[in-house]
Order: sequence, then structure tokens, then C-alpha cells
Amino acid sequence: MDFWIDDIGWPFIKIFIIANVALMMVALLVWAERRVAALIQDRLGPNRVGPLGLLQPVADVIKLFLKEDLTPGHVNRPFFIIAPALTMMPAIISLAVIPFGASLIIADLDIGILFIFAISSLAVYGITIGGWASNSKYSLLGGIRSTAQMISYEICLGLSVIGVFMLSKSLRLQDVVLMQGDGIWLFGEHYTGIMGKILDWNIFKQPIGFILFMIAGFAETNRTPFDLAEAEQELAAGFHTEFSSMKFALYFLGEYAAMISIGAITVTLYLGGWTFFGLENLGGSFSWLTQILIFAVKLLALQFFFIWVRWTIPRFRYDQLMRLGWQVLLPIGLANILLTGVLKLIFKV
Amino acid sequence: MAYKLVERPDLTLAERLYLPAVMKGLSLTLKYFFKRKKFTREYPEEPTTVPEGYRGLPALVTDDEGRTKCVACSMCEWVCPPEAIRIIPGSLEEGNPVEKGPKEFTLDTLRCIFCGLCEEACPEEAIFLTDQYEFCGESREEMIFTMDKLLEIGGTRIKGVKKWKKESDAGFHNKGPIR
Repeated sequence: MDFWIDDIGWPFIKIFIIANVALMMVALLVWAERRVAALIQDRLGPNRVGPLGLLQPVADVIKLFLKEDLTPGHVNRPFFIIAPALTMMPAIISLAVIPFGASLIIADLDIGILFIFAISSLAVYGITIGGWASNSKYSLLGGIRSTAQMISYEICLGLSVIGVFMLSKSLRLQDVVLMQGDGIWLFGEHYTGIMGKILDWNIFKQPIGFILFMIAGFAETNRTPFDLAEAEQELAAGFHTEFSSMKFALYFLGEYAAMISIGAITVTLYLGGWTFFGLENLGGSFSWLTQILIFAVKLLALQFFFIWVRWTIPRFRYDQLMRLGWQVLLPIGLANILLTGVLKLIFKV
Repeated sequence: MAYKLVERPDLTLAERLYLPAVMKGLSLTLKYFFKRKKFTREYPEEPTTVPEGYRGLPALVTDDEGRTKCVACSMCEWVCPPEAIRIIPGSLEEGNPVEKGPKEFTLDTLRCIFCGLCEEACPEEAIFLTDQYEFCGESREEMIFTMDKLLEIGGTRIKGVKKWKKESDAGFHNKGPIR
């Protein structure tokens, strides 16, 4: 009986809640993206449907459902149909190992981050296969660009987090969270003052790694300044030019879901996850609610940053993108690992 | 020498790092994010104003005594490129200085392209393009405007040609500026 409750029942409930909350957040993000973009450009953005325009995503989804699902005659049908799902899936699966609270984690894997990297690398298949199966020049170019970009930045993404795991001595994401924010160790002494606790966050212990991770994260989610796969000025709509109705919606959803999962990973690895200097124990037996709220606030702040960057920085040229990835970020990532090791020895962390 | 060699400036370390420039850009966009004055005009609540000379809905005008100025000469009907105007002429009762007028005058606003040629062609200055741009309906029939409706929209213009005046009246030849 315990097997059915502990191994089937609870995980299923958690999966249901987390997947649905993630999808709701996607809807919220679509609205936020449009509003923030508008405000940055001195416009108002959608503000008619519901309070502050918050029901705009609902209207959008209804519209997309009612649109004709057009499949061009020249496409490779099986792959054309499966590609949007391949983009959506990895982004949602990544959330399985993210700890949203002390006990709110679907799968507490010992290899948490490796699982995430294994899954998120699959996201490129959805884009590449979609572009290739569409059998049109713009889609194919978008898909190919995306492949090259993902390969280049995947490496940097992997290298940038090694420093974090050198400090936490564990790949379990729950361990990484718990090791942050309880005070910094310097020269064998444990500083538990407020400054010590703040400086214990990985964003301060691994600033270079954090910046690298953010840059690679932008590239992984195909967002400006790395949205070469879409590049509407050059490639019509890039890899999703031929997609319509809910297939397009799935790509759209996948992009924002990837944004949420990258954001959630960043919060977990660098921003202390669901902890906030003791505030996470507030509420007694309902402390899990506080923990989720802390996580959500951090995540939303990060998502705002993602959107903010998108509407600030123009797109890189393709050769600049490649040079940045291989000649700048990769060496810095390697140097960061060495630096972390050396500093770890000096400060006896 | 047909070309000029441009010296590329040496970038400083800060410039090559991109990040300071990125920070600058981010602070700029944040400033606009919090800026209160926006360019958006929330249209139905905040009506737009049209510039002078705007070519909106064509409408018939009446003179100071409420009589239509149109003499049903069919010039506008003839010149209208999309053939939006239809005029059925009729004769007026005896004793009038004017013997002809429109019995029916319809404007198909779905066809009208708001070119203003009818206004230009009219020898009696009886049809004008107004500044009306908000007109819509739920059926095609609703969008075919009748003479009464057009007269109501057009209103009264006293200046210009006065066809109802007798030749002996003062101001008959007054063809000054219309507007």
C-alpha cells in the first residue's frame, strides 16, 4: 500500500500541480512579455481583456485553437507533427528535478543537474527536426543555425556550473540549495552574520560562472540576443515559418517553458532556491507554501530580467555568435573552473 | 585613390567586454519602463482628431433654408471611380427657380474610396467630404446611405453657389471661398 501512495500517488499529484503551474506561468509570461515590451517602448500593451489585460493569453489561446491547422503539402508529415512536441517536452521535464521547497520535488535525483543537461540538450531536436521537416529554405536555415548555436553554448552552460558543484560537493540540487545561505566558510571559520549569509549565495561565490550561465541560458532558450533561429528580419519566422494553429502554439509554449526551466535552474543553483535567510521556515506546517512563494518571487524577478534583456539588446551577427561562444565563453568557463579550485584552496572553503 | 582607408579605433577592455555597454542599455530601457508618459492613445475613450482637409465620408449639404443644393446633374456619379454614387433625378414643382433635383441619392459606403473626386466635380458645391471616419453597420444594406442620411450628416453650408436664388437677387454670383 505504501508503494501506491508514496511512489505513485504523491509523485503523480506533484507532477500534475507543477506541470499545470508551469503552463499557467507560461500564460502569465506571454502577457508579461508583451506588457514589458510595450512599456519599454513607451506603449501600453494589451490592457483590454480582463484586469490589466491579464486574460489576454486566454484570448490568444482561444484564437490559436480556432485557427486552421495547415499542413503544407511538401512537408515530411510524421516529423512535422512530432517536432513541436519535442520542443515542449524537455522544458517541462526539466522541472522534475527542481526543488520548489524542502519536500516539494518530484524526483530527488542524486544526479540532478546531469539529468537537466541530458534533457535540455534534446530541446534542439524539436527545432532542428521542425525546420528540416518543413522542407522550406527559411525553416531549414533556422534549424541549422539553432543546431550550431545549441552545440556551442551547451558546452559553456555545462562548464559554467562546474564551479558550483565544486563548492557544493554534490550534484543533488537539494544539496546545492541547502548549502547556500547558511553562512560562508572562510579560513575554517563559519560566518553566520547577515552579510555572511548573503555572500553565501552562489551568485556572489561564483560571479563569473553566473554571468556565463546567464549568457548561455539566453542562447539555450533561443532568446534575444541569440534568437538567430527565428531572426524574423532575415528568415521570415525561422524554424516555425510553416507551422500554424496549435503546432505553432506548442513552439511558442515551448520557448516560454524553456525560459521558466532555465530560470528555475538559475534560481536553484545561484540564487538560493527556496531559501531566504530563515524566512523559509515561516508558517509552521504550512512552510512549504512560504517556500513556494519565495521560489516564485525569485523566479518571476529573473523572468522579468529575461524579458528586459530581450527588449534591450539587438541580435548578434552569426559569426559574432560563434566567436563569442567558442573563443570567449569557452576559455572563460575553463579558467573559472581553475580559479574556483585555486580560490577554494586559498580560502579553505 | 578611389577609396579611403578608415582606421578602426582600438577598443578598450571595457568596450570589448560588452557588459558595461549592456548595463548602460539595460538602465536606459528601465528608465523608459518607468516613464509615465506613453504614446498610446486609448482610442474609443480618447477620440482621435483628424487633420484639416481629411477625406472622410462624403455627404450632401443643404443651404440656409434647408433645401438640398444638389441639382441631380450626375457629374459626381459619372466621375466616381468605384461607382459608389447612384442618382435618380426628379423634377421639382413649377414656379421654382430650380427645375431639377435628386429624387433619390444613394452612396454605397462599402464601395466609396474617399477620393474626393465627387467634391471636385460638383458644379453646385452640394457634396463634401466630411471628417467622419466612424461609420459601420452589421449588414451591407445598412452601409448604403440614403439621401436623407447624407443630408443629415452634411448639415448646412451657406456660402458658395446659391441655386435657389433668382438671377436678380443680390449675391447670386457670389462664388467666393466655400469653406
